Amino acid sequence: MGMMEQMTQEIAKPSECLTFRLGNEEYGIDILKVQEIRGYDAVTRISGAPEFLKGVINLRGVIVPIVDLRLKFQLGEIKYDEFTVVIILNIRGRIAGAVVDSVSDVLELSPEQVRPAPEFHCLLDAAYITGLGTVGTEERPRMLILLDIEKLMASPEMGIAHEDEALSMA
Amino acid sequence: MGEVTNQGLQQDGFDLTQFYAVFFEEAGENLANMEALLLEIDVGQASDEELNAVFRVAHSIKGGAATFGFSDVTTLTHELETLLDRVRRHELSLTSEMVDVLLEAGDVVRAQLARHQGSTDQVPETGDLIRRIKLLASGATLGATAAPSATARGSAAAGTPAPALPEGTRRLAVRIGPLQDGAVADSLAELFRDIPSLGAIEPTDGGKLDAQGFRSFAVTTQSPDAELIELFSFHVAREQIRIEAPAPATPAAPQSAEDAAGFGFFVDPATLPAARPAVAAAPVAEVAPPTPAGPKTAERRGGGDDRRVANLDSNTLRVSVERVDQLINMVGELVITQAMLTQQVKDLDPAQFRSLLSGVTDLERNTRHLQEAVMSIRMIPMSFVFNRFPRLIRDLAAKLDKKIELKMVGEATELDKGLIEKIIDPLTHLVRNSADHGLETSEKRLAAGKPETGTITLSAAHQGGSILIEVRDDGQGLRRDRILDKARERGLAVRDDMTDPEVWALIWEAGFSTADTVSDVSGRGVGMDVVRRNIAALGGTVDLESTEGKGTRVCVRLPLTLAIMDGMSIGVGEETYILPLASVIESFQVEPGMIQTVGSNGRVVQVRDEYMPVLSLADEFGVPRLAAEDASKAGPQILVIIEADGKRLAAIVDELLGQHQVVVKNLESNYRRVRDISGATILGDGRVALIIDVSSLVKRSRH
Amino acid sequence: MRSILAVDDSASMRQMVAFTLKAAGYKVIEAADGQEALDKARAETVDLVLTDQNMPRMDGITLVQNLRGLAAYAATPILILTTESSTEMKSKGKAAGATGWLVKPFDPGKLLDVVRKVIR
Repeated sequence: MGMMEQMTQEIAKPSECLTFRLGNEEYGIDILKVQEIRGYDAVTRISGAPEFLKGVINLRGVIVPIVDLRLKFQLGEIKYDEFTVVIILNIRGRIAGAVVDSVSDVLELSPEQVRPAPEFHCLLDAAYITGLGTVGTEERPRMLILLDIEKLMASPEMGIAHEDEALSMA
Repeated sequence: MGEVTNQGLQQDGFDLTQFYAVFFEEAGENLANMEALLLEIDVGQASDEELNAVFRVAHSIKGGAATFGFSDVTTLTHELETLLDRVRRHELSLTSEMVDVLLEAGDVVRAQLARHQGSTDQVPETGDLIRRIKLLASGATLGATAAPSATARGSAAAGTPAPALPEGTRRLAVRIGPLQDGAVADSLAELFRDIPSLGAIEPTDGGKLDAQGFRSFAVTTQSPDAELIELFSFHVAREQIRIEAPAPATPAAPQSAEDAAGFGFFVDPATLPAARPAVAAAPVAEVAPPTPAGPKTAERRGGGDDRRVANLDSNTLRVSVERVDQLINMVGELVITQAMLTQQVKDLDPAQFRSLLSGVTDLERNTRHLQEAVMSIRMIPMSFVFNRFPRLIRDLAAKLDKKIELKMVGEATELDKGLIEKIIDPLTHLVRNSADHGLETSEKRLAAGKPETGTITLSAAHQGGSILIEVRDDGQGLRRDRILDKARERGLAVRDDMTDPEVWALIWEAGFSTADTVSDVSGRGVGMDVVRRNIAALGGTVDLESTEGKGTRVCVRLPLTLAIMDGMSIGVGEETYILPLASVIESFQVEPGMIQTVGSNGRVVQVRDEYMPVLSLADEFGVPRLAAEDASKAGPQILVIIEADGKRLAAIVDELLGQHQVVVKNLESNYRRVRDISGATILGDGRVALIIDVSSLVKRSRH
Repeated sequence: MRSILAVDDSASMRQMVAFTLKAAGYKVIEAADGQEALDKARAETVDLVLTDQNMPRMDGITLVQNLRGLAAYAATPILILTTESSTEMKSKGKAAGATGWLVKPFDPGKLLDVVRKVIR
């Protein structure tokens, strides 16, 4: 019963998403895919992995890989300090973490607030974008890029999923 | 629980159904035990210990079945017991015919118990089986047309209720008299004491002369009458000795009335000393029988049976799986709470809150250990799975008319209970395949210069965070051309220049089979794709290797929830890695000139008589070089000699950090396989350390 | 409270015996074979011993003989649980020093009857 399915089926139910910033853009992802939010700490490097795959951490006894989306999309200066945020995601039973610039709110989006995404350029491939949301106030509206985080994290380019899995999920 | 057809359910208000579960489990174990013993036994050279053990199993099941009223089981096991008793006393020799019948009987008892447990309605047929057991017990061989009542030998053992005496032993009634002094006859007892092989003697007259002045005794002996009379005449006159076979109604023991009651005393209970003064004055004898345990029985069955039974004969405890899972969940909750606490105190001033912070660190470590310990409760050795295969192979070998030897390696390797149950079917299929399609017939094997007996090897071993289970046979291997032909037949795209592994991969296609005939042993080979799917569902992989004419090897790899290994922590740059202790041979400091270059970029070191390649782990794992000032402070580097698959390698590390037990965590659950890394572990400080796959490292550096 | 040592290699039998005797107010100590029984009998003196005959490590008859060799058990009532009332079994039991026997299968009621006869 994913929220994404609900939105695409245009059922008149509001959906909850977690919003975060990457570079100059704001993204929203299905809250149900989010397990928790952590700081960045004690990451063990894995040799041979792409640069943006920072390594693995111990999440209550389970080994979880961490990718830095800021590195992946080559966004300016990257710092790792006490303010660095990692979103721990549960993608179809597999756990992985993504480092972003900052996490904002959990917002409720009604179907009226969502529009399909026209061809436009953002950091991410259009394949991962499911729509655009309008949030904020009349005076200060904000655009939220709605992201299929599952598709992104499971894609081959992220290098997390097993090879054959990645293909089937792409 | 299904209807239980038995008697003795309610006796004097005692409800025995509450003991059924334990009895069924116990009987099941006993039957498995008996089967294992029978399969192991060497018919020509069975030891007394083995024979007694098998007898005890039958005896034990019979006792329980009789107590709890399962008369069909009692009847059958009674026959088994009779046969086994004669065998263990060496009155009969064990034959392979008997072993077959005993194995069959074991199956039937299992079926009988299954019916009583309600898992089936079938009533197993026992008439013919019992007839055969009785025949064997009477010393005849099966296939003899003699009617069961014909006694081949004059012994009393064939199924009659009379107590079995060793061959040739007789029971006699001896009367001595008339005598003046009854005590004279007591000296006869001395004879029996002085001559142990003579037998046994007991007065049947209470030690007193009877009205006619005679003393009476019951004698059990293997000696002939003449010999007895000779001996007795040392003490009494020949004319005073009368020897008779006892009337059947005269038992050797005094109280025959009590015999019928099912108990008796050698000593008049009235003469027993008063029991030790009781601390409590409560008159124990007057307590009324307890009311039946109604509510207990109601909630007993249905998978929730978690009566804990202390098995006093071993250090084990029976606990239901539900309870263990509950425990695992509760510990999981604890871990989350502990993590939250860790998070909350993270930003506290360490100076001000030193104890609290250190306490929380301890808590994190303790919680982690608790979690690991609890998860290990669910770990069961592979022998649980492997143990069913000897019987399977025996039956298959008979059915296929082939000689098959089964070897098992690594049965002690542990696997989570959930996985164990699900791996049985796929493994069984693979073993049947090996027996049926892999191994050739005796003629073919001999013609090929192979030993007549084919070998199937089952092995299990841990490797990093996985378990490797293999089914290997020395049969004919996969036949490339047959597979290609079959594939073409099925319309699959194949080329003649496909590599062997590519050809073997075709096997996984659904409905594939190159078997000449569809035997009912392994079916049409439709199983292989199902096998692969079943294993994938467990998060594992399965691979095939084969050499035509030599054999086939199927390798199943499953992730482990828990594996513990002895490891050595090593410092490489600023990172920590783990080497499996078992692969570490020795270590020593690097001295100048020790390492020599070979060729353009190879390096070797001489250790005693051997030159081995040198590998810098920092280079290998791309560990950032230490900053200049740290490097100068760092001590000399260390060479660690590691070995895998018989080959050695010298690894350069920066520090040896210590040895400790390491819990191996699976990397592939959330990530993927990493080259030269077999798994990961969590160090005492909560950080992750990678475990080096020595085999893969050595392989690559030495090719 | 009188104490009874119940010896049988079958857990279900032990359970049944223990349950029956405990319900009647006795204290019950269990053992799965003769050796274990002997060790426990030494550790704590009981008022009655009920033992099966066929057990691993040490059988019932041997247990009886060993118990009779202990001062504390010279006169303690010992009953052998046997599946048949054979003369041979009885004579062996008697020779070993047992007080009496009880034929298996027995129902709980009979067990209590016999026990009451030997322990007051």
